[in-house]
Amino acid sequence: MIEFIVFSLLNGLLYGMLLFMLSSGLTLIFSMMGVLNFAHASFYMLGAYFAYQISTWVGFWPALIIAPLLLFIIGAVVERFGLRTVHKYGHVAELLFTVGLAFLIEEAVILIWGRSAPDYRIPDLLDAPLFTLWATNFSMYRGFMLLVAVCMFAALYLVLTRTRIGLIIQAALTHPEGVSALGHNVPGVFMLVFGGGCAMAGLAGVIGGNYFITDPGMARMLGPIVFVVVVVGGMGSLTGAFVASLLLGAIQTFAIGLEYSLSDLFRLLGMSPGFQGGILKDLFRIQIAHTGPILPYLIMVLMLIFRPKGLMGTRET
Amino acid sequence: MTQVVLELIDIHKSFGSSKIINGVDLAIQDGERHAIIGPNGAGKSTLFNLISGLYEVSKGNIKLRGHSITNLAPHQINRLGLSRSFQVTNIFPKMSVFENIRCALLWPLKYKYSFWHHCSYRQELNQKADELLEKINMADRRDIAAGELAYAEQRALEIGVTIAGGAEVILLDEPTAGMSHSETDRAVELIRSVTEDKTLVVVEHDMGVVFNLADRISVLVYGEIIATDTPDNIRCNADVQEAYLGEEVASC
Amino acid sequence: MSNIPKKHVTNKWWAALAVWGSAILFLALLPIPFRSGFMLSMLSEIGIMIIFALSYNMLLGQGGLLSFGHAVYFGLGGFITMHALNFVNDGVLPLPLEALPLVGGLGGLFFGIVFGYVSTRRAGTPFALISLGIGELIASSSLMLPSFFGGEEGISGDRMAEITLTPFGFGQQIEVYYLIAFWVLVSTGLMYLLTQTPLGRMANAVRDNPERTPFVGYNTHIVRTIQFSLAAFFAGIAGGLFAINYEIVTAEVVGAIPSANVLMMTYIGGTGFFFGPILGAILITLMELMLSNITHAWVLYYGLMFIAMILWAPGGLASLIMMHKPLWQGRVIGGVLKAYAIMAAPVVILFLGCMILIEINYHLSLSIKPEDPMHIFGIEFYAQSIWPWLVSIVLSIGGLIFFLKSRKIVSRAWKTAGNQLKQKDSGS
Repeated sequence: MIEFIVFSLLNGLLYGMLLFMLSSGLTLIFSMMGVLNFAHASFYMLGAYFAYQISTWVGFWPALIIAPLLLFIIGAVVERFGLRTVHKYGHVAELLFTVGLAFLIEEAVILIWGRSAPDYRIPDLLDAPLFTLWATNFSMYRGFMLLVAVCMFAALYLVLTRTRIGLIIQAALTHPEGVSALGHNVPGVFMLVFGGGCAMAGLAGVIGGNYFITDPGMARMLGPIVFVVVVVGGMGSLTGAFVASLLLGAIQTFAIGLEYSLSDLFRLLGMSPGFQGGILKDLFRIQIAHTGPILPYLIMVLMLIFRPKGLMGTRET
Repeated sequence: MTQVVLELIDIHKSFGSSKIINGVDLAIQDGERHAIIGPNGAGKSTLFNLISGLYEVSKGNIKLRGHSITNLAPHQINRLGLSRSFQVTNIFPKMSVFENIRCALLWPLKYKYSFWHHCSYRQELNQKADELLEKINMADRRDIAAGELAYAEQRALEIGVTIAGGAEVILLDEPTAGMSHSETDRAVELIRSVTEDKTLVVVEHDMGVVFNLADRISVLVYGEIIATDTPDNIRCNADVQEAYLGEEVASC
Repeated sequence: MSNIPKKHVTNKWWAALAVWGSAILFLALLPIPFRSGFMLSMLSEIGIMIIFALSYNMLLGQGGLLSFGHAVYFGLGGFITMHALNFVNDGVLPLPLEALPLVGGLGGLFFGIVFGYVSTRRAGTPFALISLGIGELIASSSLMLPSFFGGEEGISGDRMAEITLTPFGFGQQIEVYYLIAFWVLVSTGLMYLLTQTPLGRMANAVRDNPERTPFVGYNTHIVRTIQFSLAAFFAGIAGGLFAINYEIVTAEVVGAIPSANVLMMTYIGGTGFFFGPILGAILITLMELMLSNITHAWVLYYGLMFIAMILWAPGGLASLIMMHKPLWQGRVIGGVLKAYAIMAAPVVILFLGCMILIEINYHLSLSIKPEDPMHIFGIEFYAQSIWPWLVSIVLSIGGLIFFLKSRKIVSRAWKTAGNQLKQKDSGS
């Protein structure tokens, strides 16, 4: 049992860190520009594919730097020539634009790399166990992922608190309409933030793509979960996004391991539910392990209905 | 003996730690035209937002014909016969001028959320909407999208939408803001004609309009009413002069 | 983007009668030229998508609600209809087959009321996210509740039911086509009439300015909830027809892909006019059925079309057509049409160039043996040789240059036509 808890915690932490690498950028973009970027996970996917391609040419380590830089450029271009064009048609048009973009990126990935998963591997150097607990290995690559994530957060924290641009971004997080009044170059800041968010998602793709899987469906798998993190964490709050990321990571990894169902609960309480037949009979047989995929959405819907501010948000979504 | 239609009893409103409205008492008589004046940031629009239900009252009580309407939802207050306009033009831009007016007539004519009446075939509804268009002199703009109207026309439509439902108490928030002199004169005539037999509360910066239109005036300064009186008495009130009006109107 | 009823149009009830009469006649006679099985299936599919897209536009176009989960009501309507069909065949439920889509509609309505109430308190991004969340919830739970959703293989049924109102046995596609055509007419008619009711007008008002609506006496949340529920009702009818048409419903139908599909086809068709989604449904369904067999790339073309519409024609096809109406009525459209004809050549060249490029890439990335020759328009060539690449790049760049030039010709023609229109106006 302790082994289960320790490794679930470690895996949850790892997954949560990856989620935060995506959600931190998304929440910055969403809170400042009001645009919920549906293509955010697509940039994560592009990060993985770029890293795969670059690593076949010059190896993994250069890819770790080059792929996020490429995504920064792509993100900035998308903001400058796409989002800014549709901005005049309102938020719905901006939202739809990012939906279309996600759609196109997925197709472009299929067009270039095909439908099947490319062989994007963990670098040999890190393909060894870091430590062993109760006969289960914790690989060096997992440790490396945690290291990269922590370094990224440290860099993000320093940029936000120690630089001029970071202070503007912080101000814009809580009072987006106020910043333009101060006379800053808001379109330029938006371009920078959008590009930066995409680069962070790209970095997550570089280190997550070979650990989990790299295929054309990876964006669609992860995309909605990142929205859940942003909603649960709350608008304008990076801390909220961090807490929500770890929470969701933990919930999902723990849920997988728990094989209890509603009828078990009834049995535990010494009751036998009267209506176990009919169309709803499945309800009693569902194990918690199988609810993993729906839990995040359930949390998001309930959160939006009952607490639109999120856990730590400064204003409503 | 006149009757009090709208009564504000010790109204307070604060946003966070800043107190915007600080114990306002006000009684509006039946059929009077009452103006609220005061310097920028005195809380005039906030007061309207409290009365019409847009903001929640922090403390105090608002009564419409003796019934409490404190913290009711805006649509409930509207249904009780209190209608308001907005300082920033607030109409339905993609719908025609006629449609704008007709929307304001649907609830008062008891159509509610009906999805079984065909609007075009409801004689009374369309007739009333057209009459109202005549009244606000916009019959010739009937089928133009409201968003395409000139500014002064949009302001007139805003007033039209506000009074269309036949509410007894009308709140107008700076109806002549941003208008030229001739446009202002026309707007005042319009307001005078459409609010006959009704109770009017108006927030206005243009003192010409205020002294021309109002039966009584209240002066709001820093969230408190410092005086309520007839225009002539307000003009001569020393407190008011000091706080707001300044020298140029002090000619009594 | 304006839907303003003109006084003289609304009073001519016989004009409406003429429109609906010819629509009935048109749908009744359509199977005469298109009698093959494939054509009839295609027409049936188009009909279903028309109802679905129109119901989606009740949200996006008329209510200002951007939903990412409308397929939930389509799919649940389909499942409920299929269960009802099986009950009928088991002799439990005495309902004629023709009325079964109504059961799907009522199912959609029920879930529409429940989910609509909880999700429409606010529009905009919160609504979009809740709709997405509910969509994902239903899609993920479909595999957990196999007795309702039928697990991996879905639920199937036999539409040749005992009880029918018509002499049809529904063994043949043409009989199903007529059933669908009937429901298309009824649903389209009802959805059009809905736009003219107090609720329909207030849905527009809530879309235009939700802050103002309470101050004309309406509760925005209730307006949206009713509008949403009715949209779910018609989506349920479409889902019911889907179930009868294919005799199988699988869990994919409630998923994110059909939800995105209906959003895209409605948007491409145009949300600002009632008939816009009809155009979108016809165009996209035709594209899907015609192109998906020929090329992998059709989804890419679909996506490109969607993005192009968002960037340059946010009113969709319908507004592209309707913006020519004043020119047509003023009889000054000739010059513009001539300019379009000039523009057509570079557009075709540009499209050909891009298409060849895309097809070569798909051949390389998706075919089992990329070394094999590929075909475009019957011409055989190898994707590895340099010539097709060269040809396509030259075509693309050349087409693009001339396209940009021809755009100036078109805008000049528009200016001239506008001036002519003004002269005519002041002359009369």
